[in-house]
Amino acid sequence: MGIPYFPGCTLSTTATGYDRSGRAVAAALGMPLDEIEGWQCCGATFPLTTDNSMAFVAPTRILTQAEHAGDTMTTLCTVCYHVLKRSQAALDRDPEMLERINWFTEQPYTGQVRVTHLLEMLRDELTWEGLREAVKRPLEGLHVAPYYGCLLLRPADEMQLDDPERPTILADCMKALGAEVIDFPYAVECCGSYLAVEKAEVPERLGKQIVESAKDSGADCIVTACPLCQFNLDHPQRDYHPPYVGDAAESLGLIRGVPVLYFTQLIAVALDLPRPDWGMDGLYVDPMPFFDEDAWGVVREDEEEEEAAL
Amino acid sequence: MIPRVMVIGGGIAGMQAALDVANSGYEVVLVERLPSIGGHMAQLSETFPTLDCAQCIMTPRTVEVGHHDNIQLMTYSEVESVEGEAGAFRVRLRREPTYVDWDVCTGCGLCQQKCPFKVESDFERGVGPRKAIYTLSPQAVPNKPVIDPDACKWLLSRAEREAQGKRPQCGACAKLCPTESIRFDDEPLYFEEEVGAIILATGYDLMSPARLPEYGGGTIPDVIDGLAFERLLASSGPTAGAVQRPSDGREPETIVFVQCAGSRDPERGAPYCSKICCMYTAKQAMLYKHRVHHGHAHVFYIDIRAGGKRYEEFIRRGIEEEGTLYHRGKVSKIYRDGDKVVVRGADTLSGEQVEIAADLVVLAMAVLPRADAPDIAGRLGIEIDENGFFVSRDDEFDPAVSTRPGVYLAGVATGPKDIPETVGQASGAAGKVLGLFRQWQAQRQLEGVL
Repeated sequence: MGIPYFPGCTLSTTATGYDRSGRAVAAALGMPLDEIEGWQCCGATFPLTTDNSMAFVAPTRILTQAEHAGDTMTTLCTVCYHVLKRSQAALDRDPEMLERINWFTEQPYTGQVRVTHLLEMLRDELTWEGLREAVKRPLEGLHVAPYYGCLLLRPADEMQLDDPERPTILADCMKALGAEVIDFPYAVECCGSYLAVEKAEVPERLGKQIVESAKDSGADCIVTACPLCQFNLDHPQRDYHPPYVGDAAESLGLIRGVPVLYFTQLIAVALDLPRPDWGMDGLYVDPMPFFDEDAWGVVREDEEEEEAAL
Repeated sequence: MIPRVMVIGGGIAGMQAALDVANSGYEVVLVERLPSIGGHMAQLSETFPTLDCAQCIMTPRTVEVGHHDNIQLMTYSEVESVEGEAGAFRVRLRREPTYVDWDVCTGCGLCQQKCPFKVESDFERGVGPRKAIYTLSPQAVPNKPVIDPDACKWLLSRAEREAQGKRPQCGACAKLCPTESIRFDDEPLYFEEEVGAIILATGYDLMSPARLPEYGGGTIPDVIDGLAFERLLASSGPTAGAVQRPSDGREPETIVFVQCAGSRDPERGAPYCSKICCMYTAKQAMLYKHRVHHGHAHVFYIDIRAGGKRYEEFIRRGIEEEGTLYHRGKVSKIYRDGDKVVVRGADTLSGEQVEIAADLVVLAMAVLPRADAPDIAGRLGIEIDENGFFVSRDDEFDPAVSTRPGVYLAGVATGPKDIPETVGQASGAAGKVLGLFRQWQAQRQLEGVL
C-alpha cells in the first residue's frame, strides 16, 4: 500500500505535469502514492476568519479521509500542504471547533494523521543519501536556483518544515541530484500569490524581480515546489526567449528566460525515468535546451564538444 | 560581619561601585573575567550626547581602580561558588592561567609586537586582529598580557613535540621578554575570599546577527553590529578611527543603520526595548558624517526613544545639522549584491518601499543578558526574569537590591541602560552596601555598651 496522496485541484487541472512527475518519481523511489478516494478542494486559502468553522470543513474532511487511509499523508501542491497543515494546527488549538465540525460532517476526525509534503518524505523517510544513490544521470553542470516562496515555510511555528529565512530543503534535494545550487537573495520572497487573479501586475513585477535575481546569480533554471509560484515566475517571462537563443540573440535585445521547473521534474530527469509527458514542454520558457530530448539526461559539456567536433 | 565587599564585573558599573565603596574606607575585591577592566565602555568611541571620548573619560577611573589602596583587583578570574550568607560570604574564585608572571612583567609590549600569530579579537568585534599574547588595548588596566592557549603555537604544539622528544615550536615571546616573565607551565589558581556583601555588575552581550537570517545571519562581512562600528570609529581601534568596511577596507559612501535589530521583536529576538540604540545610532551616524563629509547616513527606526537629559536635542542635531536621513519603518531584508549590500525596508511615513544599495550596514543588535547569567544567578542564589536579567527585590523602590540579602545589583545585568543610568544604579548599590556596613557597626557599638 502506498502513501495516502492528496493531489488537489491545481495538480488535476493545470499543473498535471507536476502530478505525473511526482507520482512517477515517488513510485521509482519506493514510496508509491495512493490517491485519497473521493477528495475535494482544500479551500485553496487558509481561513483567517478563525471564528468561521464553515471554512474549516473542507480541510477537515480531507484530513479525515487521510486518517482512514494511513498514518501519514502527503501532498505536492504547496498551497494544499499549507492549508492542511495549518488547519490541523487550528483544530488542535480549538477542540470546540473540532467538535462542531465533527458534528456537522458526521465523520469524526481524531487528529492523528501526519501531513507531509513529498519533499519532507524524501528528506525524512528516503533521506538525501538514499536519493543520491538512486540517481542514474546526475545533473552535473546544471545551475539550479531553489525558489521556496512563502506558503511552504511560513508561518514557521505551524509549518515546521525548514528555516523560513534560510531554508535548505530544496537545495539539499538538488545537491543530491548532482546539480550545482545557486544561492540567490530572492529565494524566500513572495511571488505575489493569488494577486495573479486580482491584480496581475503585482506578481508580474515580483516574478520578474525574482527571475532577474536568479539569472544575475548565474542560474540556468529555477526549481520550485509550488504550482502558484511556478506560474507567477514563468508567466511573466512569456515574451522572453528560451535559453538556447544565446548571446547573439541577447545582442538583438531579446531577453534570455530562466525555465521554472518542479523539483519532481528534475528528479525524474536525474533518475532517468522513461519519458512520459511531464509537462516540461508546456512551460512559457522552454527548459528543453538543458536536456537531451532522446535520453532525458543532462547534456554534458564534453558531449557538446564532441558534437561540435563532429 | 565582614566589612568588605566583592564586586563581580569590572565594567563601568562595577568600577563605579568599587570606587564609591573604596573611597568610603572599606576594602573591595573587584573580580573581572577578562584580562583587564573597563567592560564595554572601553570599546566605545565617543559617548552621547556630549561626544566625549569614551577612553579619555574612563581612563582616569580605570587607573584609579588599578592603584586604589582599598581595591584588590582580580582580573582574568571568575566566581566558582558562593557559600555563607549576608555578613559572611565565602567566595571561591578561579583565575585562568595567564602564562605570564605579572609580578615580573613590566608591560613593555615587546612580546605582543613580536608574536607571529594573529587571531580575531573579541574585543575588536571581528573588525580587527590581536596576537596570541595580548592585552585588550594599549590603555589596559592592568597593562599585563595573557597568552591565548587556543592560538599560541608553543602551547598548541607542546604535547606533540614533547612526545617526539623535541622542544615546542616558536616561543618568541619567552626568548625576547626582557624580564623573562613568560611561564608556559602556568596553571589555574584558586582563591577564597571572605566578604560581607556582593555587588553583581556582570553587564551584557549584544545579540548575535546569526539570530537574524533575514539580515544576512552574520554571513555578510559588511553587515556589522553596533559595537563593531564603535571599534571602527574609535581612535584606539584597529583602523585608528578611519571608517573602513571589513570586506575590502574601502571607505563606505553610504551607510544604513538598522535600529531594533532583534529588539522589540518577541517572535525572533527580544521582546523589550534595548534602550540605548536610538541614541548610539544617532551618535554613530553623526561621527561617520564627521569623518566622511560626503557620505550618506540612513537610519531605519520604529520610533525614536530619546528620553534623557539633552537626548532629544541630540537627535534633532543629527537630523537638522548633520543631515542624517531617517526612515520610519522596519527593514525586511538585507542581502549582498556584488560589492554592495542592499537594504530593503518600508518607509511608513511615505508609504513607499525603500531599497538602498549601501556600502556598509550597522545593526543596532538587541542588548541581551550574559549567556551565563542563569548560571551566575544559580551560584549566587538570586533570581532572573523571563529574559535572563537579574531581578531586583523591588523594581521601583529597590532597583539595586537583589532577592537575596547581602547581594546587590548594578548596571545592564538587571536590564538595558545607558552609561549615566548605569553609573547611578552602581552608586546606589554602593550606597546600600555602605548603609549595611554602618548598620553593623552601630549594632556592634550597641552590643558593646550593653
